[in-house]
Amino acid sequence: MGAIAAELTDPKDNAVSGDLAVALPRPSSLLDLFVTFTSLALHGFGGVLPWAQRALVEQKRWLARDDFVELLAFAQLLPGPNVVNLALMVGDRFFAWRGAVVSLAGMLLLPAALVMTMFLIYAQWSEHPVVRQAMAGMAAVAAGLILATALKLALSQRKRLRWLLFGAAAFVMVGVLKLPMLTTLALLIPVAVLIAWQVERGPLP
Amino acid sequence: MNGALLSASTGTMSGADLLALFSHFMLLSVLSVGGALAASPEMHRYMVEEHRWLSHQQFVDGITLAQAAPGPNILFVMLLGWQAGGWLGAAATSVGILLPSSLMTFYANRWRAANHTTRLVRAIRLGLSPIAIGLTGAAGWIIASNNNINIKLMLLTAVTIVVVLRTRLNPLWLIGMGALLGTAGILA
Repeated sequence: MGAIAAELTDPKDNAVSGDLAVALPRPSSLLDLFVTFTSLALHGFGGVLPWAQRALVEQKRWLARDDFVELLAFAQLLPGPNVVNLALMVGDRFFAWRGAVVSLAGMLLLPAALVMTMFLIYAQWSEHPVVRQAMAGMAAVAAGLILATALKLALSQRKRLRWLLFGAAAFVMVGVLKLPMLTTLALLIPVAVLIAWQVERGPLP
Repeated sequence: MNGALLSASTGTMSGADLLALFSHFMLLSVLSVGGALAASPEMHRYMVEEHRWLSHQQFVDGITLAQAAPGPNILFVMLLGWQAGGWLGAAATSVGILLPSSLMTFYANRWRAANHTTRLVRAIRLGLSPIAIGLTGAAGWIIASNNNINIKLMLLTAVTIVVVLRTRLNPLWLIGMGALLGTAGILA
């Protein structure tokens, strides 16, 4: 067990998940990782993703915007909650499996305690009109935060019409037509990856 | 009425029930591409309609509150489990929904990182990124179109987008402002 742990935390192994193109800051410790994920999760009213982008890309700068989009894309493709999958990947990148566990714990432990506490209080007040209206105001802002995050990430991408079309198709199919996620992914991913496979024919840029 | 919501819960599930709940959520975990909310109709069918472990109203309240509270939306699963079977029920649903998908993500991500420069992974990255961004936009749009049945809420969403893109203001101020405007009755 000790040998396995040592092997997994060996710096060389970090290279496995350390696909860093440029030198970016790293989390200083597992505690740093835990506190950062706890903090961004606790900010996440109506969605954690905008806060994850803000903390990881803009404030801590552990990930370049491209890295973030790539991890997010994989997190969405795999089963499970996107931001939880993303936390796990980021933790693994810097501290192997221990980082993955610590990031998950950071993302979930305190928020779970808070949600449970709020639930016990909310049960008494949920029908109150003022509470309902405050929640509607917060939800409208939360929607704006998520849309702004999508726009920010879109601006960081290669400006090619075909990729814009795939982004627009995903948006319309899930957001407007309310098609199931699985259907949408099953329709779009094979075509997109096939086109990308042709584009990536050449050597590494 | 809401008192009933609290007292109607906790600790009535047998060991066999808990095991069934745990197994079912492990299965849902593997199928929950796009997050657990995408799997919530199946949770409703299983917990409310088939086993009657909690009421429809309890189910809806669990989802609503977890979305209003800070933190990952996945925590609604814990509230469902708690209402069905107390702390053990909460553990069964939470661990069940997270364990399989997290293990799959862990190993799939290792594979991705190890093959980062291969043509296949580069193609997946290039092809998936715009879809990921489109889906993120859709998530925001769904919340906006569910809640923004009136022009004031739509305006608040639009102002939020502009402020986030144009300034470095901490978005917590905007959320606080949204709550305040709602409380003051300005948004109704």
